[in-house]
Amino acid sequence: MKRHYVTLITLLFMLGVAGCASDDKETVKVAFIGPLTGGVSANGLGGRNSAELAIRLQNADSSSKYKYELVALDDECKPNIGVQVATKVAADKHIVAGVTHYCSAVAMGTVDVYHKFGLPVVVWGAVLPDITYGNDYAEVHRVNGTMINQNEVAADFMLQQGYKTWAVVHDTTDYGKGHNRYFSKFVIDKGGRIVGTFGVSADQQDFNAELTKVKELDPDVIYFGGLAPTGVRLRSQMEKLGINAVFQGTSGIVSDAFIDGLGPLAEGVLAFREGAPVEKLPGGESFLSQYQQQDFGEPPEAYGAFAFAAANLIIDAIEKVGPDRKLVMQELNATRDHDSVVGPVTFDEHGQNTVALITRYVIQDGKWVVWEESEYASGKRKLPGS
Amino acid sequence: MDLGFIAQYLLNGIVLGVIYAMVAVGFTLFFGVLDVIKFSHGDVVMAGAFTALATYAGLELLGLGYPTFAAVFITLAGIAAMALLGALLAKFLILPLRNAPPLNTLLITLMFGLALRESVRLFYPNGSNPKPFPQLLPDLSLSLGNLELRFDSVLLIIVGLGAIIGVHMLIERSRIGLAIRAVAQDPETARLMGINFERVVLATFGLGSALAALAGVTNGLYYSEVNFGMGLLLGVIGFSAAVVGGLGSLYGAIIGGFLFAALQTIGAVWFSVPAYKDVFAFACIIALMAWKPTGLLAAKSAERV
Repeated sequence: MKRHYVTLITLLFMLGVAGCASDDKETVKVAFIGPLTGGVSANGLGGRNSAELAIRLQNADSSSKYKYELVALDDECKPNIGVQVATKVAADKHIVAGVTHYCSAVAMGTVDVYHKFGLPVVVWGAVLPDITYGNDYAEVHRVNGTMINQNEVAADFMLQQGYKTWAVVHDTTDYGKGHNRYFSKFVIDKGGRIVGTFGVSADQQDFNAELTKVKELDPDVIYFGGLAPTGVRLRSQMEKLGINAVFQGTSGIVSDAFIDGLGPLAEGVLAFREGAPVEKLPGGESFLSQYQQQDFGEPPEAYGAFAFAAANLIIDAIEKVGPDRKLVMQELNATRDHDSVVGPVTFDEHGQNTVALITRYVIQDGKWVVWEESEYASGKRKLPGS
Repeated sequence: MDLGFIAQYLLNGIVLGVIYAMVAVGFTLFFGVLDVIKFSHGDVVMAGAFTALATYAGLELLGLGYPTFAAVFITLAGIAAMALLGALLAKFLILPLRNAPPLNTLLITLMFGLALRESVRLFYPNGSNPKPFPQLLPDLSLSLGNLELRFDSVLLIIVGLGAIIGVHMLIERSRIGLAIRAVAQDPETARLMGINFERVVLATFGLGSALAALAGVTNGLYYSEVNFGMGLLLGVIGFSAAVVGGLGSLYGAIIGGFLFAALQTIGAVWFSVPAYKDVFAFACIIALMAWKPTGLLAAKSAERV
């Protein structure tokens, strides 16, 4: 019996020592999940770096109540892997909240996991409306907009430019199907005509058969609802078949990786994305300069600022209510006009931020240029087929 | 439908068919000679493409990236490396298991393929991302009505068909070919006749893997992109093509390859959702196998007793 007391006292003593040895600030873990490998990894790495930047800046601030640590995990843009890492994160009691997902198909699979485990998350890049609107999970929030608005603006814009017929190519994940659904609806309502719709698998390599059919249908525009790697293949095979139509993408191809993969063939590709370009955002300049200072090696990409904003929202909530999942979730739900790099964030009852502004992009000389500032808008250059 | 479009579909299908046939010929060679199914074959295709890609990076560093020279050089480098890999694989993994149940060979090659795939993913710089493959063939094309006849497609078809015919001639006309055929018919008797059994097996695996490397480089040049997982589907398609044509028969493999490409193209043209084209093609293969279990051109049954 006596021996047990000795063990107990020793144990308590050791615990005491360990407690003293640690930093005087409590460490709080925040998860980041995104595609760190695979075709869309450029966006994932940009997002991770941006979230990491938020954490580093907070840790450098002496008035911070806690020391933050980012746990970055790779969902490979695959729903099955996404659910695995989401479960890992959600089951880890030390992780208080998460900045999660670029790929919509992955986010659709993981929201149930976050709800089950009660982990508050802020989506930083996935645009499918159903992620926030398809459920009433209080855990799920999103700082970026949905694909509904961008497709409405896209339809308006393209019709204004005088295009009349479209062939739609979309990947058959929830993401691609969503783009197809919303764009088709808007463009038909507004008087455009869709001559053919082609669902392709997201990892498909050969599009020659589909594109030959598209060539036969001879549309003004090829609308592509999918992510950058598939887009690169489609655009380059389009060229090889001599198809002279405008290539219109979505926010899924707004990434430097898309331009790198295509080289000169990227010229004149159109895309639409919610939110203003980073450098035009209220805190954009300082975000970019601080990002440069950290020497990350990869650019922040199109959604970096959103990941930065999501991480900051979580940090602010933790600073206010402490590292407790439930309290952080309630704090996030109550977000109204919270100042952030992407502008004031307000979550509606579904945890969705309202991002009204949609930016129109065109690739000019190997860069994503805002349409209004491009030589295409001023009439100096012409899009193919016009 | 316009004649130009029909020709375009045909041309697309033929390029695919050549690639599939090159992979299928490997499966059929290995099965014919040693009665083994080598499931790492698809990954050898991928490794061949990556070897070529790495060689190109080396050439560029040396300032020797002239397109035509580089295209020939990297193709040969890929072929040589994979021929060696195939022979080593036969010597150290397949021959030692010759007397073990066939299931073991099947498993060990499956595992080897997995290891090869994951090594490229982990150790090739940035290997988990799709890699742009250099466009080394001249960018010439001829518009004949609605047909876009590209010089590179035509060249790839000629080279691919040439390689398959070359392998066929080698087997039918040369001394080593005679030895391969002898071993395929009856290994014991062939040995009694003084044929070096091991050397014939190594040569066969080298030959099949070289063809796989050519398929990989062709694939890279055609799509301007390679990725570590490309061998997976190519392997399955090549195997299906070989089986449906009749494992062990060279003509069967070629017919199987072109048949699969034709089915895929028809599937893509017929269905409003082209993502179903693989489902359609594989379903047809299943139906064909139910109808002719030994393949369209079965190997002569005398070999199998």
